[in-house]
Amino acid sequence: MTLLLLADHDGHTLSDATARAVSAARDMGGALHLLVAGENVEPVAKAAADLSDVDKVLMADDPALAHMLAEPVAELLVGLSADYTAVIAPATSIGKDILPRVAARCDVMQVSDITRVIAQDTFERPIYAGNAIETVQSTDRLKVVTIRSSAFDAAPPGNASAPIARVSLPAGAWKARFESEELTKSERPELTSARIVISGGRGLGSAQAFQTVLAPLAECLHAAIGASRAAVDAGYAPNDLQVGQTGKIVAPELYIAIGISGAIQHLAGMKDAKVIVAINKDADAPIFQVADFGLVGDLFTLVPELVHALG
Amino acid sequence: MKKILVPIKMVLDANMRPRVKADGTGIDLSGMKLSINPFCEIAVEEAVRLKEKGLAEQVVAISIGPAKAQDSLRQALAMGADSARLIETDGPIEPLAVAKLIRMVVDEEKPELVILGKQAVDDDCNQTGQMLAALLDWPQATFASALRVEGTVVHVTREVDGGHQTLSLPLPAVVTTDLRLNEPRHCSLPNIMKARKKALDVTPVAACGVDTVPRLKVLGVKPPEPRKAGRRVADVSELVGDLRAAGAI
Repeated sequence: MTLLLLADHDGHTLSDATARAVSAARDMGGALHLLVAGENVEPVAKAAADLSDVDKVLMADDPALAHMLAEPVAELLVGLSADYTAVIAPATSIGKDILPRVAARCDVMQVSDITRVIAQDTFERPIYAGNAIETVQSTDRLKVVTIRSSAFDAAPPGNASAPIARVSLPAGAWKARFESEELTKSERPELTSARIVISGGRGLGSAQAFQTVLAPLAECLHAAIGASRAAVDAGYAPNDLQVGQTGKIVAPELYIAIGISGAIQHLAGMKDAKVIVAINKDADAPIFQVADFGLVGDLFTLVPELVHALG
Repeated sequence: MKKILVPIKMVLDANMRPRVKADGTGIDLSGMKLSINPFCEIAVEEAVRLKEKGLAEQVVAISIGPAKAQDSLRQALAMGADSARLIETDGPIEPLAVAKLIRMVVDEEKPELVILGKQAVDDDCNQTGQMLAALLDWPQATFASALRVEGTVVHVTREVDGGHQTLSLPLPAVVTTDLRLNEPRHCSLPNIMKARKKALDVTPVAACGVDTVPRLKVLGVKPPEPRKAGRRVADVSELVGDLRAAGAI
């Protein structure tokens, strides 16, 4: 029983989602190997080797892996899969892109976005935007599984570093080419791992208000900023801030929803937060049905008041 | 290009609240409104726009599902698809089997581009497009928010965790759609009438010779743990007091 976990990283830093997926892997049992694929990823491989419960790190360093595109990374995983009982990855945009490609090449039906491990082959996963929880058992020899990272705690650093072994990418004619990327730069904590998330919705009314109202509150609480789909569609916030069924799934200690009505799709992304606060002028907004503390009123006066009270 | 294939799925309407069956075997769909999956609708719209720009000659919609999925295919036809195919199934079918069936159709129809939704909002699997690309050995671009065809290359901007990434793919290729790729049109009555006359070919899944035996056993379906009821607070100072008491700040 050995599991292979595809590490998620941005080329420099191992993502928090990887450490959380390690916890899910530990629940599945067996030895755990982490695959770090990329270009010049030795620092990432070292960070992976320092996580607890990791028995070995495989490092594939190749210019063709620089942006973790699906074709080469999937091919690498398919080549390695014969030695493993499971291939797993956090359900980040990288994991979601690559793992089904691996599953199909291995003729395996993937189990997506698991929130709980019941047994080595049996998992819980949300369906219908989290309105139901399905328990599924895989009958395939190889298990291919993606992990909803918000459902698992991050594995702590271990006592000793795991060994790092180099593996090479098989030669191939990869068809998709990387052209460019535009990454949002932010000094704030990362949305999916932040302890506190402040999210804004259409109630903010403009991109400018989204910033000027939410930033001071995020500042004083050291919080990440998220957004509803409505706010992203309206252009108030960039797409990578979207919290919801098809955006980011978060489960922080505290989630403050500001000017968010609470569509089912949004609730799917945040209803596992420990404490939920809703601030909305519409007393009938569905967000109040999931909020631990609801404050009805004008966000443009209440949020500055809150900043002042916390200051 | 000559042809775009758009696989679509009929699902419980995204505005309906799913009810878990009392015996815990699944979701009760009886009497519920079923619609084209929102991401699939975006895929149809994108394919039709490419045709309207003169970049594609023909758009073929395909669905793998129950007889009722013909309704979703008729909607795709009303939006501007030229013809449609249903591979009719009589039970649940997993993304791996769906990808194999679409591959069979790709072999017959020979499209240069397959555009499909990134995820169906019922099973939330997010697998079919990537699996299809793997089975065909085609390049893939998932979670597309912009798409530009230039000769035999498609440039796709993808929504990724940190922002956006743009890839170029030589055709043939598979693209899966994200929410902001476009806003699907409403179908006009004349177009709905016209769609009734367009070709819709039905093939029983048993005639396809593809292994569709489920690999996952569904052991049970249950509602999520309910959140305990919260309460209204009168003002900001009460809120701050409550949050401090709860250890949240």
